[in-house]
Amino acid sequence: MTLAGWGRFPVFPGTTEAPRNEAELCTIVADQVVIARGNGRAYGDSAIGSDKTISMRHFNHMLAFDANLGVLVAEAGVLLADVISTFLPRGWFPAVTPGTKFVTLGGMIAADVHGKNHHKEGSFGACVDWIDVITPGGTIERCSRQENAELFNWTIGGMGLTGIILRAALRLRPVQSAWIRQTLHPLHNLDAALDAFETTQDATYSVAWIDCLSQGESLGRSLLMLGEHATGAELTGDRARYPFETPRKRKLSVPFDCPARMLNSLSVRTFNGLYYWNGSRQRGETLVDWDSYFYPLDAILGWNRIYGRKGFIQFQCVLPLEQSKAGLTALLQATSAAKAGSFLAVLKRFGLQDSAFSFPMLGYTLALDFPVNQRTLSLMTQLDRITIEHGGRFYLAKDSRMPADTLHRSDPRATAFATHREASGLSGSFRSKQSERLCL
Amino acid sequence: MTNGAVLILGARSDIGLAIAHKFAKDGHPVQLALRDPAQLETAQKDLNLRYNVPVTLHAFDALAVDTHAAFIDELPKLPQIAVCAVGLMGDQIENEQDVTAAVTVMRSNYEGPASILALLANRFDQRGSGQIVGISSVAGLRGRATNYVYGSAKAGFTAFLSGLRNRMASRNVHVLTVLPGFVATRMTEGMDLPARLTAAPEEVAQAIARGLNKGRNVIYVRSIWRLIMTIIVLIPETIFKKLRI
Repeated sequence: MTLAGWGRFPVFPGTTEAPRNEAELCTIVADQVVIARGNGRAYGDSAIGSDKTISMRHFNHMLAFDANLGVLVAEAGVLLADVISTFLPRGWFPAVTPGTKFVTLGGMIAADVHGKNHHKEGSFGACVDWIDVITPGGTIERCSRQENAELFNWTIGGMGLTGIILRAALRLRPVQSAWIRQTLHPLHNLDAALDAFETTQDATYSVAWIDCLSQGESLGRSLLMLGEHATGAELTGDRARYPFETPRKRKLSVPFDCPARMLNSLSVRTFNGLYYWNGSRQRGETLVDWDSYFYPLDAILGWNRIYGRKGFIQFQCVLPLEQSKAGLTALLQATSAAKAGSFLAVLKRFGLQDSAFSFPMLGYTLALDFPVNQRTLSLMTQLDRITIEHGGRFYLAKDSRMPADTLHRSDPRATAFATHREASGLSGSFRSKQSERLCL
Repeated sequence: MTNGAVLILGARSDIGLAIAHKFAKDGHPVQLALRDPAQLETAQKDLNLRYNVPVTLHAFDALAVDTHAAFIDELPKLPQIAVCAVGLMGDQIENEQDVTAAVTVMRSNYEGPASILALLANRFDQRGSGQIVGISSVAGLRGRATNYVYGSAKAGFTAFLSGLRNRMASRNVHVLTVLPGFVATRMTEGMDLPARLTAAPEEVAQAIARGLNKGRNVIYVRSIWRLIMTIIVLIPETIFKKLRI
């Protein structure tokens, strides 16, 4: 048996243990060095224990819902997909959602995930009211902004290194339909894309797909996608009659590992060209169902297999606002020059964020993914350097290969976190392969 | 409410819980019966929140057969569908040496389930409608050295279900026998089972719901088991007794 993250790199021998009740779980925490694992969607080694990996799959119960305030209390192993299928028909949607619905609540808190509305509504932690955490010795502690605030602050974005997240209360947002009013803006280069982000700050959701192989004049050409929850009044016909029903989609799946050479700069360049051209034709406003808007890749089960047997790596950094243009230009030039194009290149404007160890900061985030090979690994090192030179930092939920000193140089909070872990006796109880690699 | 209530006996088992999810999702009120109801209080809240149907917990001891009639009387409502997921694998080697352990396995897989379903069948007969689902096992189709104590009790239960189906065929009470094959549950945790032959508990629940809809009599969960068991049953005894399978 082996364990790996969603990127299928790196791979470690080992297996998970899946306790079935709180007593069993607390006993394991009291006796052993562990890390919790949700649905295994972190890309690298975040949810692989240095010693023992605990699967939270049996802690998947929803416990209570306050229909006036929209507050859901649920166990950490509950999938976001289940939250949506349960509450969207009743008019509620997650206040913050990452790009896949196949993540657990515990995983979203640990990585403090962000969504397309970060610039307005912050990261996932912003909608969490309290968390029950199993701390060293196997005791359950409740923490919130008011009570046990230090534990709360480090747990959000703490990558599971403060304890096992057992259950939490989170606020959902009221919505009038399952539809998103999407506006598409084709932007011919990076300058245009950044200007467009700045002038569309009022949009609830915004994200751009970026062509990382285009060069020169069209370096950083993008498709900016803005979205708003459609109101009842904006729907017609059956959509107005049944605002929370959307057409059933066929699920595709990738049945085998594609040969790694299938993804080369030519195929990606062709794809990117077609994608941009197609997007330019659809400029303007369309109604899109929630699943296609927020989770386009979820429709292709096992899409991580298109990168071949060796797996893939994702690079995601954030750059402070004033350095964004220069930093993004350098990152895109390096990527384009290496001809290491990625299908999934995403650019997003972040808003203000003030938290102990979460990834986002005011500025721009760029995410790129690549098949694992020597060439892309050395490109990563180059991208790391550019990021640090421009005052940026890295997203640990995506990381699978960064050296410890890269993290600590990019983010002084990492050293503070490591010191806190040592002082609070956390480092003796909760350790992942990633925390060991990054000296956290 | 158009969907009738579903009683699940042995609801704490992984298959029992998966069945609860499936029927609750399809809009049926569910009655969860197990020895210690406190163990499913969390699951009760979860089912109720997810599917917005009434979910009730009931103390039920399959081995205390003299309490079974009273158990049925105390249900909030006589269910439309009764599913028996009660079972105990036990340890074959222990069962060969320890008669008490063996008898517990026999009673848990045959006597208890047959007792409660017999009583429910009579009530369904009086009412003139109902569906009964018995989860038996492919192990009951032929005794093997590795688990014949369990298998023999399941054989008894399978025969009981078949007889009950025969008796009720003209009474608008349907009986469905389920022979799941390997299922990844607490019972088989730690065993090295071949993935192609091993179903998830949710697949068992799906198969049962579909089987009831179609009025099937005997179902396997993964169809490959029908082939495997046909072959196993056909092997002549003189050869079979020398095999180690």
